Amino acid sequence: MKRFFASDFFYDFCRSPVTVVSFMVMLLLLLSAVFASFIAPTNPFDPASLNLMNGFTPPMTPNEFTGNTFWLGTDDQGRDLFSAILYGLRVSLFVGFSAVMLAMLIGISLGLIAGYIGGWIDAAIMRIADIQVTFPSILIAMLIFGVTRSLLPPDQRDELAIFVLIISIGLSEWVQFARTVRGATLVEKEKEYVAAAKLMGLGRAQIMRRHILPNVLGPVLVIATITLAIAIIAEATLSFLGVGAPPTQPSLGTLINIGQDYLFSGEWWILLFPALTLLTLALSVNLFGDWLRDTLNPRLK
Amino acid sequence: MFATVIRRLGQSIVVLALVALIAFLIFRYVGDPVDNLLGQEATVADRIELRERLGLDNPWYEQYTDFVVRALHFDFGVSYRTGLPVSDMIAHRLPATLELAFASAIFAMVLGVVLGIYTAINRQGWLAQVILSTSLIGVSLPTFLIGILLIWIFAVELGWLPSFGRGDTVEIGWWSTGLLTASGLKSLVLPTITLGLYQMTLIMRLVRAEMLEVLRQDYIRFARARGLPDRVVNFGHALKNTLVPVITIAGLQLGLIVAFAIVTETVFQWPGVGLMFINAVYFVDIPVMSAYLLLVGLVFVVINLIVDLSYLVIDPRIRDGINRGNSGG
Repeated sequence: MKRFFASDFFYDFCRSPVTVVSFMVMLLLLLSAVFASFIAPTNPFDPASLNLMNGFTPPMTPNEFTGNTFWLGTDDQGRDLFSAILYGLRVSLFVGFSAVMLAMLIGISLGLIAGYIGGWIDAAIMRIADIQVTFPSILIAMLIFGVTRSLLPPDQRDELAIFVLIISIGLSEWVQFARTVRGATLVEKEKEYVAAAKLMGLGRAQIMRRHILPNVLGPVLVIATITLAIAIIAEATLSFLGVGAPPTQPSLGTLINIGQDYLFSGEWWILLFPALTLLTLALSVNLFGDWLRDTLNPRLK
Repeated sequence: MFATVIRRLGQSIVVLALVALIAFLIFRYVGDPVDNLLGQEATVADRIELRERLGLDNPWYEQYTDFVVRALHFDFGVSYRTGLPVSDMIAHRLPATLELAFASAIFAMVLGVVLGIYTAINRQGWLAQVILSTSLIGVSLPTFLIGILLIWIFAVELGWLPSFGRGDTVEIGWWSTGLLTASGLKSLVLPTITLGLYQMTLIMRLVRAEMLEVLRQDYIRFARARGLPDRVVNFGHALKNTLVPVITIAGLQLGLIVAFAIVTETVFQWPGVGLMFINAVYFVDIPVMSAYLLLVGLVFVVINLIVDLSYLVIDPRIRDGINRGNSGG
């Protein structure tokens, strides 16, 4: 720990106020999502806590019937928007992180195999990657979502929507990981420690996992952070389009979609606060990712 | 060069065949076509008859060939939801999407190049700084938020422009255009900006970077030393050499416009193929999804092909046989 605080990495971090702020914001949002059930004044999905009389209360003003005040106002059903945003943030971040995990798992495995084994397996994997990157990932995510959804029985589509989302976004983002890991593996496998491991009679799977993998993970971290921002926005976009998180488990995108309906009737806060939260989240992750890339990988500058 | 063109064409056809295979697998094996076409009350005899008529018992490669042949004749089957032929639905909605996509592409190109040049020439000016920092925010805003923001400002608060639909359209043959009526043009403004903004900022930053690079070259200094006026140096010498990479990158960006048209069309309820696709995903309308996949696959492969071939024409290093072996499909 002491070594970490004395490192160049930490020094660089403190030197960049934008990065420190974006990291703090990211951490704050993450913590409030994790502890949403403790922080939120009400559970927005417990019908007993809703009072229709509280509906459409503007932010920071007492409701004309009940006299209750809500920081960020309420929606049509009298649901406290602050609580709804916290729970929505949780869904957004859960889908984002899980999708990145999945993309990492697929990308790293395929990249290692392609780089270490080579031959036609390498050619096949990289060819698929080439074809996939010519299509925008959001389009691929939508297609996978549509197909996976139609494979499910209709009564489970809403229940499993979150997992279908994770699969679709994860499968649409693996290419970058695979390409990077493959490139690094090609370099690592020529090194002496790999030859030594081979001489010891270790199997291919073990060499890949125990010896090469730890040495190719550096750049993966950078890509993971940048992909997290992409995944969060992809999830919000899909949910906004109505083909993502269901209304029973709304993410920030779903909340924005709902809020859009009230724009014309003047209830601007139902739209504004979820949108601002999403924007802050995406911006802070992006800024932190950019800094990480510049610091860990000066060649990419 | 001829051999390269032929090989590049071959690659494109392989990719298209793969896309068609995926579309076919979705079309044939996701859900049971017989169930979806006949509904609950059909008798067993009806079902067997339909299975034979659709050729569902043939080997898969025969069905695949059949699928491709029919797709080449613009026959994509019948929508499960509306009961209309999918090709009619696409033909009906394609003009809306194409008009929107071209309007955005032109918006992004023209404004992107103009602002790029401006910010490169007046590097220290305050306006250039403002434009640059605003563009950073523009890049991190998701497309749908840009759309909502524009609706909020220009449709709700100011009431200047309509917030949804295409306005009045005029039929020219089968093509319905919104470009000839005042309300059609007004309806086009907000969706165009929404769809083109991201591409506009990208092109602007690219033009600026290229322009700054070119302005540092010796021949520009020499042109200035010869006493040529700024206007001639900036536009006659520098701009020309900036545009070559810009055109190719902008070509690739056209593909992204097609993808994000789905989002923009949903925000503005623009009656194009993107909105049709989102509805198909929502209602599990498989023939429409599969046809859309084919359509988009074709668009992307053609764009990539054109961009790669234009490299051949523009860049002599590639033309003279130094090939970038795997440039993707």
